Amino acid sequence: MHPALSIIAFTTASGLGYGLAAVLGLGLLDPASVATKIAHFVALALISAGLLSSTLHLGNPQRAWRALSQWRSSWLSREGVMAILTFVPLCIAAYGAIFQSRYLPIAGLLGTLGAAVTVCCTSMIYASLRSVQAWHTPLTPACYLLFAGAGGSLLGLFFVASGGGNVLVLSVLSVVLLVAAWFLKWQWRQRMLSQVPLSTPESATGLGFIGKVKLFERPHFNDNYLTSEMGFRVARKHAAKLARLSVLLGGVVPVAAVVPLLLSGAVTPALTVLLAIVAVLSHAVGVLTERWLFFAEARHAVMNYYGQ
Amino acid sequence: MTSLPSQTTPKKLGLVIDLDVCVGCHACVVSCKEWNTGGYGAALSDQDPYGPDVSGTFLNRIHSFEVTPEGGEVVGEAGAARLIHFPKSCLHCEDAPCVTVCPTGASYKRTDDGIVLVDEDMCIGCGLCAWACPYGAREMDLAAGVMKKCTLCIDRIYNETIPEVDRVPSCVRTCPTNARHFGDLADPGSAVSIMVAERGGMDLMPEQGTRPVNKYLPPRPRKPLAAKAVPAAEDTRGATGFFAWVDDMLDRI
Ligand code: SF4
Ligand code: SF4
Repeated sequence: MHPALSIIAFTTASGLGYGLAAVLGLGLLDPASVATKIAHFVALALISAGLLSSTLHLGNPQRAWRALSQWRSSWLSREGVMAILTFVPLCIAAYGAIFQSRYLPIAGLLGTLGAAVTVCCTSMIYASLRSVQAWHTPLTPACYLLFAGAGGSLLGLFFVASGGGNVLVLSVLSVVLLVAAWFLKWQWRQRMLSQVPLSTPESATGLGFIGKVKLFERPHFNDNYLTSEMGFRVARKHAAKLARLSVLLGGVVPVAAVVPLLLSGAVTPALTVLLAIVAVLSHAVGVLTERWLFFAEARHAVMNYYGQ
Repeated sequence: MTSLPSQTTPKKLGLVIDLDVCVGCHACVVSCKEWNTGGYGAALSDQDPYGPDVSGTFLNRIHSFEVTPEGGEVVGEAGAARLIHFPKSCLHCEDAPCVTVCPTGASYKRTDDGIVLVDEDMCIGCGLCAWACPYGAREMDLAAGVMKKCTLCIDRIYNETIPEVDRVPSCVRTCPTNARHFGDLADPGSAVSIMVAERGGMDLMPEQGTRPVNKYLPPRPRKPLAAKAVPAAEDTRGATGFFAWVDDMLDRI
């Protein structure tokens, strides 16, 4: 599948934003600290930027509101509805923190729940497609949720550290979620690499009863919408390298940066902030790489008609 | 509404495509583009139409496949590789995944005849339906920003202002070899249903669970060339009458 920049940016930014919002909603940050107020703002900004960038690839964005109508059948519609509904508790919680220095538990917890459900809806857009076999697994939503949680915890950790608070809880949470996310992601990738294709040129043409089916001539000699949207191919050796790089940047580096924080008193406050920044940035680059591969490596069933 | 019809539609209008007959001439591709660029909804645009990177929106495309049986490599013999031209357009699936993913309600399946359509005034051009279709039957029109697909020539088949013989999809009307047939596949007595029953009409990618309405008739088995005993040109033993006389004369010269 073609890795469209707008969708990769959207899922990465909104994942981080919803993750941070969920951490804030659990009341893990001191509501009186200025850093927490900024954190609320950053969460909302990341979510909004993500949603805006997701409308960039629409052919007719002026009608985007129509996408809220089919929540009974469409995961994309559900995502839109949940994103808007979730803004309500998130904004109330942000208001409480920013203007009243208070943690509002009901708005907070509803915000956490909404954030989780929205990320789940996003991932189900992909996981529900049988035509893209690599995506069609419960591991897809599991990975999206864990990556959002891990990114949110790391961002939360950064804001706690900047506010001079106790980083222990968020450090533990970050490490646990990072390990879980990359463990499941590795399973996800192994599943993709080892799976027997559900559809083949033989089943796509119905000609398997005669013998082996090979594309002789494409319909047209140039690319078309289908081949440029779904025919993206990445060299296997590059993909393997990028996958290792994504684990290194997205998982190993952040864990290595956060583990020293678990030993109380071992790290000075300034170094704590520095380590948190390293962890957040490295994780973001790692997840961007992971998201790029999520699209670039996934093979669409239609390619059985195009000899790829 | 992008939920599928809750009951099977009383009619299942669709195409039956005969892979034994199609010669891959692309006439249906051209006639489809010609009819539909001025018909239902936005025109079928081309990008860079006179340049080196020409591309465009098509609702029907012909692929050609080489099929090689186990151990068969000699062209022209039974058990040999053969070339099969393969027209592909929307199959108007009964369990159409392209319909249920649509967030806007633009994609729908008609409850009376089962035709899958896009209401272009509602389509936001998100492209998700094209991802959901395993057959590549939907293409985004890059000029209009809306999703295009085969309408089964809805503006012909019910059109009482054109002669009755023309009230079939443009591709069916055009095909010079009669490889394409249109009809109601829910009616077991229709010509298309009988054809499907007699020739063993197939579903494409049944494993995708889409339950296509369109069916493909498999190519007939090929006879070995040796079986078609071509009379040897040198043998004149059976000649009679005038030819026997000519034969005799020529032998003498
Ligand atoms: S062939 Fe594709 S576009 Fe047509 S109904 Fe089936 S899934 Fe939808
Ligand atoms: S491209 Fe249009 S028809 Fe297809 S899913 Fe999006 S809104 Fe629906």
